[in-house]
Amino acid sequence: MVIFFYLFATLIIISSFLVVFSKNPVYSVLWLIFAFCNGSGLMILLGAEFLAMMLIVIYVGAVAVLFLFVIMMLDVHFAEAIIQTKKNLLLSSIVALIMFIDLGLIILLGSKNIHFKPNTSLITAANISNAHAIGRVLYTDFILPFQTAGIILFVAMISCITLTMRSRSGVKRQDINMQNSKNKANSIVMVKPALNEGIEGIKYE
Amino acid sequence: MLLKILPIATILIIMLPLLSGIINGIFCQYLTRKQSGFIASIALVITALLAILVFYCIGINQQIVHFTLIEWLKIGTLKVNWAIYVDSLTAIMFIVVSWVSAIVHIYSLGYMAEDEHLPKFLSFLSFFTFFMLSLVSADNFLQLFFGWEGVGFCSYLLIGFWYKKELANKAAIKAFIVNRVADFAFILGIITIIIYFGSADFTSVFAKAKGLSQVKFGYSYSVVDITCLLLFIGCMGKSAQIGLHVWLPDAMEGPTPVSALIHAATMVTAGVFLLARCSFLFEYSPYVLQLIAIIGGITCLFAATIAITQSDIKKIIAYSTCSQLGYMFLACGVSAYNSAIFHLVTHAFFKALLFLSAGSVIHACHEQNIFKMGGLKDKLPITYSNFLIGSLALIGIYPLAGFYSKDLILESAYNAGSVVGNIVFVLGIITALLTAIYSMKIIMLVFHGKTRLDKNIFDHVHETNIMNIPLSILVAGSFFAGMIGYYLLSIDKPNGYFFHSIFSIHAYQRLIHHLPLYIKLLPIIIGIIGIIIGVYLYRKVKQTAEIGIIERILRNKYYFDEIYDYLVVRSVNILSKLLNFFDQNIIDRFGPGGFAKITNYWGYLVTRTQTGYIFNYTLYVVLFMVICITFFVGSFIIGCKV
Amino acid sequence: MIITIEHYLILSSLIFTIGMMGLFMHRKNVITILMSIELMLLAVNINFAAFSTHAGELSGQIFSIINLTIAAAETSIGLAILLVYFRNKNSIEVSDINQMKG
Repeated sequence: MVIFFYLFATLIIISSFLVVFSKNPVYSVLWLIFAFCNGSGLMILLGAEFLAMMLIVIYVGAVAVLFLFVIMMLDVHFAEAIIQTKKNLLLSSIVALIMFIDLGLIILLGSKNIHFKPNTSLITAANISNAHAIGRVLYTDFILPFQTAGIILFVAMISCITLTMRSRSGVKRQDINMQNSKNKANSIVMVKPALNEGIEGIKYE
Repeated sequence: MLLKILPIATILIIMLPLLSGIINGIFCQYLTRKQSGFIASIALVITALLAILVFYCIGINQQIVHFTLIEWLKIGTLKVNWAIYVDSLTAIMFIVVSWVSAIVHIYSLGYMAEDEHLPKFLSFLSFFTFFMLSLVSADNFLQLFFGWEGVGFCSYLLIGFWYKKELANKAAIKAFIVNRVADFAFILGIITIIIYFGSADFTSVFAKAKGLSQVKFGYSYSVVDITCLLLFIGCMGKSAQIGLHVWLPDAMEGPTPVSALIHAATMVTAGVFLLARCSFLFEYSPYVLQLIAIIGGITCLFAATIAITQSDIKKIIAYSTCSQLGYMFLACGVSAYNSAIFHLVTHAFFKALLFLSAGSVIHACHEQNIFKMGGLKDKLPITYSNFLIGSLALIGIYPLAGFYSKDLILESAYNAGSVVGNIVFVLGIITALLTAIYSMKIIMLVFHGKTRLDKNIFDHVHETNIMNIPLSILVAGSFFAGMIGYYLLSIDKPNGYFFHSIFSIHAYQRLIHHLPLYIKLLPIIIGIIGIIIGVYLYRKVKQTAEIGIIERILRNKYYFDEIYDYLVVRSVNILSKLLNFFDQNIIDRFGPGGFAKITNYWGYLVTRTQTGYIFNYTLYVVLFMVICITFFVGSFIIGCKV
Repeated sequence: MIITIEHYLILSSLIFTIGMMGLFMHRKNVITILMSIELMLLAVNINFAAFSTHAGELSGQIFSIINLTIAAAETSIGLAILLVYFRNKNSIEVSDINQMKG
């Protein structure tokens, strides 16, 4: 058990480093996928197997694919990315180092003060699976966050469509209002053509 | 019945010139010359006539008019009012000031006829008259100081009246600054009076003078000594005694009516007036009285020696004024205040006459250097006779005014009997000789002999009537003022005219002395000798090329100006440069100017954070987060006892 | 040795800081910034799960699920914005996004 933790931990650290330091964004996405996989492995070690699968399905299956789509649609210049990264390395590593030291200090110094007072209705029972346990709680006690998450997804969907929608010129679309408001007066023009002369001056809308 | 209108009359005397000044000043652009001249002259003539009325009521009948106008200051126990106090001393000063001022107003209508700023000039003259009148009718030191400062300010305006001339501006500033040095001492004197005597009114101060003369600072000098010394230094500046006299000759840059009014008759006599008014104080301080006498005597001689070598007609008359003021201070120094005031009155008449006649000459010739004039006796006969009468009065020939007053002063000096008295008597006699010499110098060089003017200027020399008519009053004054004062008013007797106004400890004792006859006749004999010497010396004009060392010193006014420039002006300049540097670079840099720059700089720095780049903004967010967390972790670590 | 909660917590903080480092190291490539945000969210999820297990409670995991949802929504919107911006500018260099300057 312990070795698995260290394995997953090492791999996730390495892959997150490479996400940040990769020169090719496609490589970065792939390392991100690898990180997610290792992360889900860690979740399994923690006994949250439903969460682990959710991680893979949602993150790897949807978000990472989205990233790949967008990367391939945009035109990314690789050469300047290499040079630029080195300039900011010093400042960002110092800030990150300070942050890590702070967090580490908090954890190490404060962990002896952690007293868990679990909410008795949410204690994991030993004999049911994780999915079962989550299902018991999600639709009863946590119904509000659940529905709110749904609404957020809905709003995100609408906003994505609205943001990226563009109306191209030259594309014919249906306009329901115009279709419903057609009557004899604005769609038919009665003309009396003369022989051998044809009709002139007809305007099409 | 006359008594009832006296208060109104005194108020009118003081307020009419103010009114004329205000009207002329505000409407100076809308009034024509005739109208403004008319307003000013009418106001001043009415003032002069009212002054005669007041003089008759108060001077002859020995009344005192004292009433309060309005309350001014009330600070703790100090209570100062605007009040009017008219006694015999004030009445005679009223006469002098208002008459000479009225004559000068009318005279300047002719003298400044071509000047386009005549209404402004008349307004300044009227304001000056108002301030001088309020000075002499003050009943407390602060009101006197108000008038004091006012005449100083008006003198600045009037000296620098032709502001386009740079020398005039410099002279005006010089007068003001030198007066300011003296006023500083004067203010200290007033403060001392307020602290030690408890009030600023003349009546209460004079009542306490005797008692406080026993209160001593240290071992030798009493409160009254210090006060009188400070007041005297104030007088020195206003009356151009030696040391603070440097402004008087330069003040001749102003128009001649100004010189006549201010520097002959009124402003420079304010110092003498103050000494006479505070005679109650000065009598209890013998040290200061000796100092006054010595300084008066030295000034007398000093100014006369310079006057002999000058070549500008107005400057000679200016030094002559300085010298006669020395006589007045000399008289005060030997406790003969009444003689000083008497000489003030007569001097006002004949000196104004001299100045205004010189003004006629200058107006006619457009020239001020006596070595370039000559032979004007036939062309300007009336002016010549005026000038002659004025000069004879100045020298002190028998029936004219100067004889009585100058004689009285010298007799008092001899009569005092002290060592100081004898010294200043000798100085006065020598000065009388020199006075005669330089007066004759002017007359011989300007009016007699062959002319040295240009031919066409000389042909157009003529008299102006409007300038000569007022001078006739001055001529009458020069003739009769002495006799009126001596016989009618008994100015010389202690229970005579100035009974209530002037106080002298030894007055009655000195009457007992009888002077030997030769002392009484000595001044007039010296005068006649001086006339003869003067006529002989300046019969022919000799312009020698080389000047002896003594004459060089005298011509350059004993290098007073240069010494002051070197000692005082330069050091003040250096000090002001230093302070300017200090102010600009240190106070301003760390104070307001620095704050403005710092604010700008910080604003600029903050602006530079708004770059518009997203990664900068993320950096700020993350940095702030890190700093907050670090702060809390740090405080936790420092606070906990792990 | 027993894996205690501190191991998980330190691990998650390490991933968090690495993600933060990537956040402002990339000035030329906005997509990498978005990926770093994903990394940070992953670290948070591990944190929640660790706490949930060691407390014996399920609140952490529920929140983790919802966090996943939010992350997905936010990524999609971010990418949509990026796409629209790229249509207008033809470049995704972050240095060029400075219209808010001043």
